[in-house]
Amino acid sequence: MGRLFNHPLAAPALIALIVIACGFGLGSNFYLRVAALVWISALAAIGLNLLMGFAGQVSLGHAGFFGIGAYAVAVGPNVLPVSPLLALVLGIALAAVIAYLVGRPILKLKGHYLAVATLGFGILVYMVLSNESGLTGGPDGMPVSRATLFGWRLKGVDTWYWITGGVLVVGAWVAVNLVRSPTGRALRALHDSEVAARVVGVDVARYKLVAFVVSAVYTALAGGLLALFNGFITPDVAGFMHSIEFVVMVVLGGMGSIVGSLVGAAILIALPQALSAFQEYEHLALGLILMVFMIFLRKGIVPSLVALAGRGR
Amino acid sequence: MAEFLQFAFSGLTVGAVYALVAIGFTLIYNASDVVNFAQGEFVMIGGMATVFIMAAGVPMPLAAGGAIVIAVAVGLLLHRLAIEPARGADAVTLIIITIGASIFLRSAASIVFDKQFHTLPPFTGETPIVIGGAAILPQSLWVLGGGVVIVTILWAFLTHTILGKAILATAANRLAAKLVGINTSYVVGLSFAVSAAIGAIAGILVSPVTLTRYDVGTLLALKGFAAAMVGGMGSPIGAIVGGLLIGLLEAFGAGYISSDYKDAIAFLVILAVLFFMPTGLFGRASVERV
Amino acid sequence: MTKFQRLARLAAVSAASLALGLTAVSAADPIKIGSVLAVTGPASFLGDPEDKTLKMYVDKINEEGGVLGRPLELIVYDSGGDANKARTFATRLIEDDEVVAIVGGATTGTTMAMVPLVEDAEIPFISLGGAVVIIDPVKEWVFKTPHTDRMACQKIFEDMKANGYTKIGMISGTGGFGKSMRQQCLDVIGDYGIEVVADETYGPSDADMTPQLTKIKNADGVQAVVNPGFGQGPAIVTRNYRQLGIEVPLYQSHGVASKSFIELAGDSANGVRLPAAALLVADKLPDNDPQKAVVVDYKTMYEDQTGEDVSTFGGHAYDGLMILVEAIKKAGSDDPAAIRDAIEATTGFVGTGGEVNMSADDHLGLDVSAFKMLEIQDGDWTIVGGN
Repeated sequence: MGRLFNHPLAAPALIALIVIACGFGLGSNFYLRVAALVWISALAAIGLNLLMGFAGQVSLGHAGFFGIGAYAVAVGPNVLPVSPLLALVLGIALAAVIAYLVGRPILKLKGHYLAVATLGFGILVYMVLSNESGLTGGPDGMPVSRATLFGWRLKGVDTWYWITGGVLVVGAWVAVNLVRSPTGRALRALHDSEVAARVVGVDVARYKLVAFVVSAVYTALAGGLLALFNGFITPDVAGFMHSIEFVVMVVLGGMGSIVGSLVGAAILIALPQALSAFQEYEHLALGLILMVFMIFLRKGIVPSLVALAGRGR
Repeated sequence: MAEFLQFAFSGLTVGAVYALVAIGFTLIYNASDVVNFAQGEFVMIGGMATVFIMAAGVPMPLAAGGAIVIAVAVGLLLHRLAIEPARGADAVTLIIITIGASIFLRSAASIVFDKQFHTLPPFTGETPIVIGGAAILPQSLWVLGGGVVIVTILWAFLTHTILGKAILATAANRLAAKLVGINTSYVVGLSFAVSAAIGAIAGILVSPVTLTRYDVGTLLALKGFAAAMVGGMGSPIGAIVGGLLIGLLEAFGAGYISSDYKDAIAFLVILAVLFFMPTGLFGRASVERV
Repeated sequence: MTKFQRLARLAAVSAASLALGLTAVSAADPIKIGSVLAVTGPASFLGDPEDKTLKMYVDKINEEGGVLGRPLELIVYDSGGDANKARTFATRLIEDDEVVAIVGGATTGTTMAMVPLVEDAEIPFISLGGAVVIIDPVKEWVFKTPHTDRMACQKIFEDMKANGYTKIGMISGTGGFGKSMRQQCLDVIGDYGIEVVADETYGPSDADMTPQLTKIKNADGVQAVVNPGFGQGPAIVTRNYRQLGIEVPLYQSHGVASKSFIELAGDSANGVRLPAAALLVADKLPDNDPQKAVVVDYKTMYEDQTGEDVSTFGGHAYDGLMILVEAIKKAGSDDPAAIRDAIEATTGFVGTGGEVNMSADDHLGLDVSAFKMLEIQDGDWTIVGGN
């Protein structure tokens, strides 16, 4: 059993199973939509997890990259002769370039100082999206044109369920491979002790930057998928609260656990749906659940439960 | 010149609030390494509780006192029920706990109080005082004066009382503090209580100018956190300077450059400061322990 | 309706449905209507009174025997003002709860996110969002009850023109409401020969607007200032305005929609002008005003039950619900398509916002005359100008 857990394909295979099971198990479009939103958020959370859980760097501005991906898809086809899917690719590239340019100076900062710098970055992106209404429609948002793939119009919740689920599985697989590569090992060394990593010859600055860019790519991809899926986008996706949500997903599910990011995303997306019956007590319950989970499963849900199961044997 | 002064007054008033929130962050951070994102909720409780106690017919000074007591009680409960049980957890885990607490408190306030905006009567009238062609409200002077008094008392408390020194000792080295017999858990609880009181007082001082509602804490926490960081996390002077700096940047940014991008201007300056001073204006360079 | 009539009607409806072989639809089966509102979050001052109004009136309607002899079942979800959440909840209403109509979408952003869904699912949707884009161009299944921001601009500029103002300052909120209204005002301002000489903005949670107002004060030749925005912003703008001793008239928008504005702005509010629905001045309307009875009833009921000041936002929800209820009655069934047609055929409906006359190319049905120009004097609204 333990060996199975440690197999490099365990996490992506498990996620693939979940996606397939839910795809056939969930009857209504509503549940499929919630699941698709979970896959999209999980993708972004996995990206952020590569930065937080493996490289040990906090970002409170990742919704900024999410917004760049989403708005690239929305704005791109209006200003350039590109299809929405090509715009998504360009958006991801743009996010990577911005992450590289922003990351170089700010990744020199440590801990909470890095947090506040990334927070500032996220707010800058949000302000541009919200203020430049000529391009982005301002705070009321803008419509996104439908994507077509080989002449096939991508619409319908079930179509997007499988697209987002598929991308998530591939994303998880790439992430696992990345973590197991020499780069990943260097990153983990960095997480444990930056000084030690430097002493043994790891180019700390470079690996941090790699993690930052990769996480930005994941998050921008997720943002682009959301825009295409919803067909409508508002600047809230780049807002401060959305950045916080991503961080909560990563930490709640468990830093450094790919499956954990999916669990964290699932809880944050599905919980408000489950709690909607509580009406005005919904947020009360949400806050409470967050606190209780973090107090009792402080390493995050998946790592804590795995540790508990290990102790039980 | 009148224009410059007007912008400065605006910036100082708003900045004073950021500074008080930042001091709250600093106190708790020093005692426990916790970045308390529920700090803004103390400000909200101060304002909202005063409004609602006054609505029950209680005179303002008593209502304000009651609000401070409530905020302190909430601060102590937060420490006792949420922070203390998670002692030893990662910094980021603790941050998520305080975010959970902030969501919880905001929601509780919307149920216990309501979702409307409220204001408090200004302490000494509304007739603006004109200085050098710029108009300032008497309440703004209360905010600034109140800020100075709070900072002075806090400084005296930290440096001239045993309890205060215990907080400083815990901040400097928790293990050493424990070894010399300081009950560090008690000290951390105390820092939560003092932070809550400062937040509540800030809320009471500022509500007549800026209005208050169940969810004003979110933005204050964000700005206060930025202020604490740009000043240098852990430095009370840094918190004050950082808060005033952000307030002034926003006001001058709105006045001289673009009101659309004034928040962005403030954050650009913060990024620039951190680029040259990676531990903030007054922060100590920290050494990673291997 | 007497008890007997109600019973007779109930029997008639049951008989009719039986006769049609619709045995599944018994008289007691509720008619499900859905709502997605920003009950929490930055736009909660819209969503909160709307939520309370809908619940209050659905209860009242059910106590009085429901619609078509069947009770209404209201399902409200809280979007927190987030467009993505609003879309998910709208999906849930349509797919899972199987509602026959939706009244809600407190903000323009959440409404626009829901529009494609209701168009696909062919469910009538009465939006409570402000901006004109919701119904212009007309969308088959989408209606709205609040006056558009363009109408508010027109009303304000009419008043300015009548007073001979040609150069004005504008200070608008950067939230959806302020931003959209600013644009609408700039679009129509040319028609009135008025020019904006100072154009400033403030953020949705800003606590001090003196820097922006100082710039407007120092701009050359400003004869009046208009403030598109809602929430706490207009109250702070008004206070800062007096603090700086600006003498020219200040116009607020219909975003200032309840007495709480006057409470928040205090003495500074005196002299402020704004376009508003009759609801705000319910008790001051002449007795022969067609809206008098409706607005007084709504105001009394809302203030009695919630202990809060009535707001025009809650009024929009009242109008939306009542238009829907009338349409269901007229359609004689809960078939979404029939309800849609009946909503579009609404004429002469008197609500809190004015008299509504919809048509195939007008899914709002209000005109500028639905607004009254008010001025705040001695801490209370007064009706001014040729209304």
